[in-house]
Amino acid sequence: MKKFLAAAAVSALCSTGALAEVKVGMITTLSGGGAGLGIDVRDGFMLAIAQSGRDDIEVVIEDDQRKPDIAVQLSDKMIQSERVDVMTGIIWSNLAMAVVPAAVNQNVIYLSPNAGPSPLAGKGCHQNYFNVAWQNDNLHEAAGAYANGTGYKNSFILAPNYPAGVDALTGYKRFFEGDLAGEIYTELGQTDYAAEIAQIRASDADSVFFFLPGGMGISFLKQYADSGIDLPVVGPAFSFDQGILQAVGDAALGVVNTSQWNKDIDNPTNAAFVESFQAEYGRLPSLYASQGFDTANLFLSALDKADPSDADAFREALRAAEFESTRGDFSFGPNHHPVQTIYAREVIKEGDVFTNKILGVALENHSDAYAAECKM
Amino acid sequence: MRLNEKYFNALMIAGLLALPLWAVVADQPFTITLVTRAVILALAAVGLNIILGIGGMVSFGHAVFFGIGGYAMGILAYHAQTYTALDLGPFSTDGTKSMPVIWLVAMILSGLVAFFIGLLSLRTSGVYFIMITLAFGQMFFYFAISWAQYGGEDGLSIYVRNDFPGLNTLAPIQFYGICFTLLCVVLFLFARLQASPFGLALNAARQTPTRVETVGLNPMRLKLLAFVLSGAITGLAGALFADLNRFVSPTMFSWQLSGELIVLIIIGGVGRLMGPVIGACVFVALEHFLGELTDFWHVYLGVVLLCIVLFGRGGLIGLLTGKEGVHV
Amino acid sequence: MSSILIIEQILNGLQFGVMLFLMAAGLTLIFGVMGLINLAHGSLYMVGAFAAAAVAGVTGSFLLALVAALAAAALAGAIVEMVVIRRLYNAPHLDQVLATFALILIFSEGTRWVFGSFPLFLDIPDALSGPVTLPGGIEYPLYRLTLIGIGLAVAVGLWALIERTRLGIQIRAGENDREMIAALGVDISKLYTLVFALGAALAGLAGALVGAIQSVQVGMGEPVLILAFVVIVIGGIGSVRGAFIGALLVGLTDTLGGVFLPELFKLFMDNGAAQKSGSALASMGIYVLMGLVLIWRPTGLFGARA
Repeated sequence: MKKFLAAAAVSALCSTGALAEVKVGMITTLSGGGAGLGIDVRDGFMLAIAQSGRDDIEVVIEDDQRKPDIAVQLSDKMIQSERVDVMTGIIWSNLAMAVVPAAVNQNVIYLSPNAGPSPLAGKGCHQNYFNVAWQNDNLHEAAGAYANGTGYKNSFILAPNYPAGVDALTGYKRFFEGDLAGEIYTELGQTDYAAEIAQIRASDADSVFFFLPGGMGISFLKQYADSGIDLPVVGPAFSFDQGILQAVGDAALGVVNTSQWNKDIDNPTNAAFVESFQAEYGRLPSLYASQGFDTANLFLSALDKADPSDADAFREALRAAEFESTRGDFSFGPNHHPVQTIYAREVIKEGDVFTNKILGVALENHSDAYAAECKM
Repeated sequence: MRLNEKYFNALMIAGLLALPLWAVVADQPFTITLVTRAVILALAAVGLNIILGIGGMVSFGHAVFFGIGGYAMGILAYHAQTYTALDLGPFSTDGTKSMPVIWLVAMILSGLVAFFIGLLSLRTSGVYFIMITLAFGQMFFYFAISWAQYGGEDGLSIYVRNDFPGLNTLAPIQFYGICFTLLCVVLFLFARLQASPFGLALNAARQTPTRVETVGLNPMRLKLLAFVLSGAITGLAGALFADLNRFVSPTMFSWQLSGELIVLIIIGGVGRLMGPVIGACVFVALEHFLGELTDFWHVYLGVVLLCIVLFGRGGLIGLLTGKEGVHV
Repeated sequence: MSSILIIEQILNGLQFGVMLFLMAAGLTLIFGVMGLINLAHGSLYMVGAFAAAAVAGVTGSFLLALVAALAAAALAGAIVEMVVIRRLYNAPHLDQVLATFALILIFSEGTRWVFGSFPLFLDIPDALSGPVTLPGGIEYPLYRLTLIGIGLAVAVGLWALIERTRLGIQIRAGENDREMIAALGVDISKLYTLVFALGAALAGLAGALVGAIQSVQVGMGEPVLILAFVVIVIGGIGSVRGAFIGALLVGLTDTLGGVFLPELFKLFMDNGAAQKSGSALASMGIYVLMGLVLIWRPTGLFGARA
């Protein structure tokens, strides 16, 4: 177990050796495939905790190895042995679905820095669950809205055959007003997209939308670029994030993707975040790092107003979301999911580094499709 | 000093009783959870040990039965928790939250599936058998991932642990008691089986199939029966595992899990009564404590496993008792 | 569905198949000669891809990257053989499975230790990028055509090596009777190291070639490893010819199944549901194929009769 005490623990403030009073349990993916996302969330989160200068926060960090059963056991450990007040950190929807419902029912507050599965936004919403990232469908919905605005009439859409993939295509279709030239579910973990690309070529599509997180997206983009098809591509930010863009290379240049954050969003918090993250870790922050950072700052803002032992007051303070977010305006909808602006960004090259720049707004102050089903 | 294997086994059982009781006194509920995990994995591996240890059949797809047990629990409890009917064509049920019923269903279903898989795959042997069982594992895995009705890759969450008459299963130590008792029962059966005419014939079928045939026994039938038994026990473990986590997902069908079950047996000692038990305890302990040391703990786990293979013939029990293990 | 699309999909299946062959050939040789189940073969594929990406990143040359991939994988293979595998030849299959499973863990996390958790960049060389137009108006990526060419060339080369050279005679003799060739004065341990390194080099080459159109990341070897096992089991373990036929069968089944099954399901389902069930069934397709082959011929298509 790696315990990180807030950086200020050594400062003169606590000559008596102050005890950690608030305990945060972070379960995230730190080993194996997909570890990059967990590491970014952790680093963003810990950066904010360190910058707060508080010495009364203890963060217990555990690695879930992206395995649901391990995550559930770690969650038991956090709640039963560590007796944490707040939990956070989970990257993947399937792990969140395994951990969150049980945790929030045991009076632990859960702050989601990444996953936002639809059951937790709708009928399964809970007063102790706060999502600081997005509802899973959000970025796909924004992609659909962007496609309308750009005048696409006939999209070819594809995603892996698993719940988040089905949600992605549903999200896109929810906002996209044109026709579908094709709709394909690929195999989860698939690395070769020659067959799908051939189908795109044979169709009469005028645009392509895809949701293929992680290595799947890298493979698709490289193969798509090499196929010579020049239909415009649009997708959610996950395949165009700082962590993996360098691995895609030129194949991603000019592709439009949707995101609630980018490093050039113009506000002082964001500028300071980007600068301090780079100084601390020697790399550009990613979307996930920004979400980890925002999650910690939301938590800190609530801590300034109320003590977690007073659950009602603490929840109220979280709900108010009075903190400086890296994405500018941020507030919670009735189901504790963000109401936020989602941007369209374009992949560009700055010197040798591939990164994104904002093109414009795709959806303004967007909530989600499930809020109405939430009876809290 | 070399230990007698019998004393060693008794010591193991005593340890499995003492550690959780200490954890209750010391108020360390997570220790109980860890030991419960080890006991359930051990139970699954004891099932595998019937065909692997006694019968010499290396199944690389035993996660199939683990997963079926898990989904039997998940689906029955899901329908009970949402008050929806589970429509099975001629009859329908509202599901159940009763552990004994779930165990029964889990064992029957995984036994049935084991029967059909065994019927097909026992025609092959050696590496081919390893691979065909792996193939069945992958089929179930991909099926579960796209089975949208029961959560697909997200899996199914069961909010409250299932019931056992007279016990509060949510109390970690009481649930542990259930798992531990089942493990003891199955270990007892395993010991009886190993010494029974059936066990001896199965063992003989591993070493010289022709000799078994000449005394009028059908090795295929022997192996199939063992395979079904083995599948049913691993299925039971799957149902318990799902109840421990209050969650099932396709990872219960993954080939990594099949591999882990084999690893547990080899760590402990192939074909030995307590081999899977000590293997599971060591594995869970390694997983837990190495993970605390470094993010890159898989490297150390790999090195430890390598050392066990290269220098610890006959597994840990072989090392401690000085007896060579069974060769498969 | 037009005939152009069907031909294009067959080419895709072929390309997938010959790349699988590069993996499967080494695996099946190692099993045939040494009787070893090597789960860590996928790690050597990954080593090849990472070596290629690292060298291409520094030098910018794809050719040097390929050389580096071959060298790194062969070297890693030889070291692993001498340090670990050598002790396993007489061990039961189970021990081999466990030991090589342990090697996967060491290789994967070791690579992450060195290269970090993010995927690496490796691109198609400029000379081979973009599509070409084939007779009949089929537009097909040049790089994929090159892959088919390289795969077939390696297949022919391997055949010549085994059938026409001294090393090949030793390999074939090793498959039939190990004691005998040792008695004939062949340095058996050198032969084993050589065969293992050769298999490793083929895996590394596949990793580098495929890495250029896929994601170079930790864990990329395991899915391919499973497919390669399916291939050699279908073909008959130990048979290079079987590996070739098996690889093409698997490549074509996987590619064409993914395309045609959803189309088939559309005849009696609505579009979305057909896509979901069709692709679910397609992902199980090659395992069904393997099951069927084994039920028909329990030792694979070209395996030695048990």
